[in-house]
Amino acid sequence: MTSLAGDNGAGKSVLIKCIAGIHQPDHGRILWEGHPVHVRSPRDAAALGIETVYQDLALCDNLDIVQNMFLGRERVRHFVLDEESMEKAARSTLASLAVTTVRSVRQLVASLSGGQRQSVAIAKAVLWNSKLVIMDEPTAALGVAQTKNVLELVRRLADRGLAVIMISHNMNDVFEISDQIAVLHLGRMAAVRPAAEMDRQTVVDLMTFGRSDRSPSAGAGAQTGTADGASG
Amino acid sequence: MARVDEPSPSTGGVPSPDAGVVADDGPGFPPSEEENLSPAAVAAAERVALATSPEIMSDSLGAYAQSWFARVRGGESGILPVVGGLLLISILFQSLNHHFLTAENLVNLLIQAAVFMLLAMSEVFALLLGEIDLSIGFVSGIGGIITAELVKQNYHWSWWAAMAAALIACAAIGFLQGTIITRVGLPSFVVTLAGLLGWQGVMLLILGKGGALPINDKVINDLASAQLTATVSWIVVLALVALFGIMTWMRDSRRRGSGLVAPPASLTVVKILAVLAAGVVVVLICNTNRGRGKVVIRGLPWVALIVLAVLVLWTFLLGRTRFGRYIYAIGGNPEAARRAGVSLAWIRTFGFTLAGFTAGIAGIIYASQLRSVSTALDGGQLVLYAVAAAVIGGTSLFGGRGKAAHAVLGGLVIAAIANGMGLQGYSAAAQYTVTALVLLAAVTIDALARRGRTTGR
Repeated sequence: MTSLAGDNGAGKSVLIKCIAGIHQPDHGRILWEGHPVHVRSPRDAAALGIETVYQDLALCDNLDIVQNMFLGRERVRHFVLDEESMEKAARSTLASLAVTTVRSVRQLVASLSGGQRQSVAIAKAVLWNSKLVIMDEPTAALGVAQTKNVLELVRRLADRGLAVIMISHNMNDVFEISDQIAVLHLGRMAAVRPAAEMDRQTVVDLMTFGRSDRSPSAGAGAQTGTADGASG
Repeated sequence: MARVDEPSPSTGGVPSPDAGVVADDGPGFPPSEEENLSPAAVAAAERVALATSPEIMSDSLGAYAQSWFARVRGGESGILPVVGGLLLISILFQSLNHHFLTAENLVNLLIQAAVFMLLAMSEVFALLLGEIDLSIGFVSGIGGIITAELVKQNYHWSWWAAMAAALIACAAIGFLQGTIITRVGLPSFVVTLAGLLGWQGVMLLILGKGGALPINDKVINDLASAQLTATVSWIVVLALVALFGIMTWMRDSRRRGSGLVAPPASLTVVKILAVLAAGVVVVLICNTNRGRGKVVIRGLPWVALIVLAVLVLWTFLLGRTRFGRYIYAIGGNPEAARRAGVSLAWIRTFGFTLAGFTAGIAGIIYASQLRSVSTALDGGQLVLYAVAAAVIGGTSLFGGRGKAAHAVLGGLVIAAIANGMGLQGYSAAAQYTVTALVLLAAVTIDALARRGRTTGR
């Protein structure tokens, strides 16, 4: 579970979109499971096992949960949509993620609350046996209780063995569930470190200046600063 | 494979009302009495209730009726305004002229309505995508012209070859317009407006000024004028109802058996019985002798079967295939569809192609009714009636919501007004005014009813 932090304009969304196949990088390599890959389109990314949950969720209000979860990848039997198997798969995915507040998978997405829509979007990513789930500001529009639910859901994904990258502005969220924090500064990666070795001020320094002269004491939130020690 | 921290609440069958109530994320429905409900929570529950079809939430006929009434009160009236409107129109015109509800007039009405229904079904493809096709009136005219030309003496094609050629040509026109809209990136309003003007020009070119092409082919003329025999009408209709009944029952009970979302058994029975009743009524009306004097005319008109076939095919296409699913997705959120990997250009192009194809069918039926094609064909008025019919039937102008069945209902309303006013001998001016008012009323009722809702358009 890696959080990707960075100030506005640092390049978080662009980096994510390169991994997801929406933009083509000009230089450099993407290594997937040790091998270099070219991700030319969202379909290539999906084939590799990379699923993205966008900030605007990319859900169709006029379709129900099952139809949204399978959009673009419907199961077909003799040219007819296999509604039964899709519905079963959707139900079991939501259940396995312990999404309990959705009354029926045949509800229109328009009738769901913000947190429920976020859960559906995340469940959609999980449905496709993904290996990496990328999330862009999943809690940006949510209230306190809904944020807690979504963060727990994301943590559950990581515990299941999925790799997760989460873009977030919210330091509370970042430190609550991350194993690792990556910080971008003006388009360059300022640091990628385990969360236990970072504290809030370090991250803010990295975001703002690209480097931090602090070596934080064990545990997040420590406020002591030391003068020496270069950081990367 | 998954290690789940909390017990899964997965329930077989329709979830019980008390399952999965988590207070902080919006309550389950219906909220139990003991909870301390904030107004926001109540509103959220109501929102869920309104946005969900009563079919998926009810486990009994009584519960279905209750939630249906709640939805109607809350603004989700579905096809109720259309059906109500039809009843009003029938009562009004019958009181003005006792011939309105006679078998003869009703069958005439049905035949007149066929063209509106088919054109409205054509327009539904464009409307669902969030676009519009203004050219279908004259595209249907082109379809009629090609059919009429090819069966003429000098070419003497057989009727089915001529019809096939006409339909292919109309589909090609739709494909051309769709390609320009998607590849060049022009608004559909502009491209199809150009089509309206252009195809009208082509029609004038072929027909000459004030010209008309009579059709002498018996089969083509019979499409709109002839009917099945009375016995065959019964057999066909009962067979179709039986087919519908068996398929619906099997599908619903299979879903119930596998624990999927399904309507209660009593509701399925009610649906099948309603369709049976409708079928019986239609055949009874059609089998009443509507000939004059010594001539006996009875039986289901062919055109009813044609419209039914198109309705069933397009409903299947829109509801049960990937293509149909993508049309609704593009109409609802094109960006989401794009990110899901749907090819927007191909789906849109194919949507316009089908609109053209269906307009071709409408044109052939229209030509068959008049036994000719002439420059009097008002393609502009036809397309406006088609849009009005689709909207009155319940299709949204903004995309993503609507069905082929809406087109059929709306076409019936438009035809009923035209027919009723024709019976009364009202002028064209009065007819336009009334149709305009009905269209405004239908959309206003829908808009006012939707004001209370927070879901979608």
